[in-house]
Amino acid sequence: MMAAADLPLWAAVPVALLLLLGSGLALIGSIGLMRLGGFYDRVHAPAVVSTLGIGSVLLGSMLYFSVLQTRFVLHEILIGAFVVLTTPVTLMLLTRAALYRDRRDGSDEVPPLPDPPPRDE
Amino acid sequence: MRRLLPYPLLAAALLLLWLLLQESLSPAAFVLGSVLAVACGFVFVALRLPRSGSRTLAMRFAPGRLMALAALLRDVAVEVLRSNNAVARIILQLPGARSGRSGFVVIPLDMRDPYGLAALACILTATPGTVWVDYNAARGTMLLHVLDMIDEEQWVRIVKDKWERQLMNLFE
Repeated sequence: MMAAADLPLWAAVPVALLLLLGSGLALIGSIGLMRLGGFYDRVHAPAVVSTLGIGSVLLGSMLYFSVLQTRFVLHEILIGAFVVLTTPVTLMLLTRAALYRDRRDGSDEVPPLPDPPPRDE
Repeated sequence: MRRLLPYPLLAAALLLLWLLLQESLSPAAFVLGSVLAVACGFVFVALRLPRSGSRTLAMRFAPGRLMALAALLRDVAVEVLRSNNAVARIILQLPGARSGRSGFVVIPLDMRDPYGLAALACILTATPGTVWVDYNAARGTMLLHVLDMIDEEQWVRIVKDKWERQLMNLFE
């Protein structure tokens, strides 16, 4: 088992940069959750973390483990595919629940339900 | 065969996924993965998935279609990079980052294939700055929430010309 100290410099620098970029984006996404106003604006912030944030960390992990050759690197691709496919579903579910609630309360912040289309006689 | 393996491609993908997760090609992993893949096929039958357009295996893997898929994935990657930058600037309130307000846009769609619509929903929601909110099947319109909206016409054009056209080539 090799440790992080065995990582050559040419690989350690990009790994560190990718981890910093990924965690920086995660921080920005969290700041966005706090700073943006209203539910529908806030729902945009996690998308930053779940795309480029996760992507950078996974890329760094791929580089680290393939240089040290302790593990097959395809795991990260699978993690990326799972995150990219599942996060939008959660976001959409939350947004639709909020829209349903706001429409029921008659909020003027959201567009009302369109009238049903005219029936063909 | 059709009753045992109603979705052969899905079963093959699940078996491959299992072997990758196990990091092993041992007979035990193979047998367990095959059992899981066949069992998941039954689950998908019970879910009564809507049928997509009838395509043979050769049509699914036609070189033109694979090229179109690669072009779509490349466009999604570029758009994700671009909009990550834009949304990060808005969150950090950098000067000049935000030109509009957030708001809803109603976008009329021509696509009716349920899998194409699902792909469009995932692309738009995974891209920071846009969230797919609602789809009205009777009218064929979808509701999109945009974080930084300058004008609605522009977003209708982006969704229709950039994504819907490519997805219709793939799914319809």
